[in-house]
Amino acid sequence: MTDIITGAVALGLVWAIVTIGVWITYRILDFPDLTIEGTIVAGAATSAILMTHGVSPLLCLLASFGVGALCGLITGILHTQLKIPALLAGILTGIGLYSINIRIMGNTSNLSLLGTRTLIDRFANLRGIKAILGLGIFENVVNKQNLAAIILVGVVVVMVIALCTWFLRTSYGCSVRATGSNPDMARAQGINIDAAKIVGLMLSNALVGLGGSLLTQYQSYSDVQMGIGSIVIGLASLIIGEVLFGKSSTLRSLIAVAFGAILYRAIIALVIQAGMRATDLRLFTAITVAIALFSPTAIQQVKLLRGRVKRRGDAGL
Amino acid sequence: MLVCKNLSKTFYPGTANERRALCNVNLSLRRGEFVVIIGGNGSGKSTLLNVVSGAILSDAGRIYIDKQDVTFLAEHKRARLIGRVFQDPMLGTAASMTIEENLALANRRGKTRGLGSGVTRTERVQFREMLRPLELGLEDRLTARVGLLSGGQRQALTLLMASLRDPKVLLLDEHTAALDPKTAAKVQEISLQLVREHKLTTMMVTHNMGDALRFGDRLIMMQEGRIVFEAQGPEKQALTVPDLVEKFVAVGSEVIA
Repeated sequence: MTDIITGAVALGLVWAIVTIGVWITYRILDFPDLTIEGTIVAGAATSAILMTHGVSPLLCLLASFGVGALCGLITGILHTQLKIPALLAGILTGIGLYSINIRIMGNTSNLSLLGTRTLIDRFANLRGIKAILGLGIFENVVNKQNLAAIILVGVVVVMVIALCTWFLRTSYGCSVRATGSNPDMARAQGINIDAAKIVGLMLSNALVGLGGSLLTQYQSYSDVQMGIGSIVIGLASLIIGEVLFGKSSTLRSLIAVAFGAILYRAIIALVIQAGMRATDLRLFTAITVAIALFSPTAIQQVKLLRGRVKRRGDAGL
Repeated sequence: MLVCKNLSKTFYPGTANERRALCNVNLSLRRGEFVVIIGGNGSGKSTLLNVVSGAILSDAGRIYIDKQDVTFLAEHKRARLIGRVFQDPMLGTAASMTIEENLALANRRGKTRGLGSGVTRTERVQFREMLRPLELGLEDRLTARVGLLSGGQRQALTLLMASLRDPKVLLLDEHTAALDPKTAAKVQEISLQLVREHKLTTMMVTHNMGDALRFGDRLIMMQEGRIVFEAQGPEKQALTVPDLVEKFVAVGSEVIA
């Protein structure tokens, strides 16, 4: 059981990075970006192929980050320069990436990293980390690899949250937020909203690419299908996080969204454990997202009705 | 300061919906001049403001601001020369951002936006001082999200943002039309205060004839894309609402006063 939990947390942390990417487009830019279904694979494929060629896994993270930014750039150009609607621009890039991703992996649809030492392997073998993993409190955890992944990816998530919080508070970050919040106002205040959208999309997709790299290093394989449904997983995590942990400030939203991703993975792990078929997961996710999207409305309705009932009581009726 | 030369704009040319919004309009504003524009719906007033701000490209003619030809300058680049307040209070501010962040966005108009702090400490002090005279209590709510403010408060904030970088031209497009009479009067008062204080060259579109007579150095009436009547100085001061209604009828415009 502890292994199931640590596995879910480790995977959840990896997905937290992807979810933060989704949050930037969906919440900050108000741009429903479907590019990420392709971007996550592009990040994974880039890291996988580089690692099989012996490139340092740390460099692979950077490479995937860069490739992700490039994917965002393409969608950004399609949308702002060719005036293609947001949803369609993302779908087009995503579909095109399918072919590119197979090429990146050397004309195969999946690539195994078995026998390659990933960042997580290397990290787990660091002397200090080994000592921590050997501590008494972790004796129930059989899979030390998960534990190492939690520490490593946890640090990356904290760095990503810090980066995003900082960026969105800078002068340029504010203009990206204004572009998403009110494009008319942004233009009237002299903001080049096309550029701001492209920068936002690049940052978002760069993070998704980074997530893809960590995912492939955690799973020790890359598959061209691994991105399917990622936007829905990202949205589910995002909304679960916001509903449960709030969104009163940028930092709070980011932390909430990261916890949402972990919680989502935990829920999935539990329902699988309880005997749900793996092929039913998509349906389960779709229903979860629908409920999560409805919940803010539902909560408001209940509050409204309660208020009415209460007032009626006060009036002595 | 602002020169419009032979401006023309036709919407949906060559279709059944063809509409001539601007027809060879010539207009020039002296530095610090306050021009009020009135006219019926579809008379071209808003189109004129949109062409000046760069939201719409005219079919013909030229626009000069402070002797610089801005006819083809992109809207966001022109923004450093122009302050704008829209009719819809929701349009002028970013609801999900705080009061100070909105002001800081406006304070960086025409400057490069880099990776420095979005709102600096000196700005915070400056904003508080600027908000105080509005007497809306906003100076103590710098970190409140603008979405929480009322329409009047948002419009007052937009005005402040528009005048923040001493624009060469201030464009007010029926900016009090969506407010209740009391709030509208307050926002009008703030507008006047800012225009005077910064000696702003201003174009104000309004449907309120009382406002049109009370404010501004010059009054312009538009009809079917043309300037059909103009009055300034003592001539404008002598005008009354019935005079204006008469003018409207004379040019064949429907009046709902």
